[in-house]
Amino acid sequence: MSDEHFLIRLEPVVLVGIGGFAGSNLRYFVAGLLPGPPGTLVANAVGSFVLGFILYEAMYSGLLSSKTHWVAATGFLSSFTTYSTFALQTALVSAPILMLANVLANYALGFGAVLLGREFARIVEVQ
Amino acid sequence: MTTIEPAHIVGTGGALGALLRYAVSEWIDTERFPAGTLIVNVVGSFVLAILTLTSASEQLLLLLGTGACGSFTTFSSFSYETIRLWESDDRTHAVLNAVGNLTGAGVAIGFAWILVHFVW
Repeated sequence: MSDEHFLIRLEPVVLVGIGGFAGSNLRYFVAGLLPGPPGTLVANAVGSFVLGFILYEAMYSGLLSSKTHWVAATGFLSSFTTYSTFALQTALVSAPILMLANVLANYALGFGAVLLGREFARIVEVQ
Repeated sequence: MTTIEPAHIVGTGGALGALLRYAVSEWIDTERFPAGTLIVNVVGSFVLAILTLTSASEQLLLLLGTGACGSFTTFSSFSYETIRLWESDDRTHAVLNAVGNLTGAGVAIGFAWILVHFVW
């Protein structure tokens, strides 16, 4: 890869940076509409669904080798979703039952959203 | 003094956090286990806890907390990687990944709390 022009090696860096700016901004916007754990839950579920769809779509159509594809998806969507805010909000919740509920909700919706994204990618691929 | 739009502060921190995560994932590139995501999630949770527990200024929290730590850590890649492990019949690693991220982040936040309360 070292024989690549530096602009080609720079491309993923630029995409990740722009994706990180936009993704974190959108998460901040969602947090403004839905403060606290519910906003984080919505961002994590929606981001997991879209990432699942894009990456399975890329896999089924044989485009996974496209690094730009992966980088653009992870730059934006990985920044839109967050683990640290989820973990800290869980730790700062007063009642243990609510801590458990927040963990279960994020995990169930996050994993479920990826599986839903996979189903959508399959449907798109069949058509 | 001109006030900076909160969204610009968050975005700048978000770009920084995403680039740092990208650097970590390039550095730790494993096919077998998503160690890069585990590391960013644990480290990011620790830094966010330190910032929050030390009552950092609102602008610093937007830049480094919501922006950098929020983007550095990720839930979507974590979910996707866990599902990929599970469906490739590597269920032990899938469960280890799901539990490991939660335990790692929890321990990191606990460690941050101890640092802030007893050492600061």
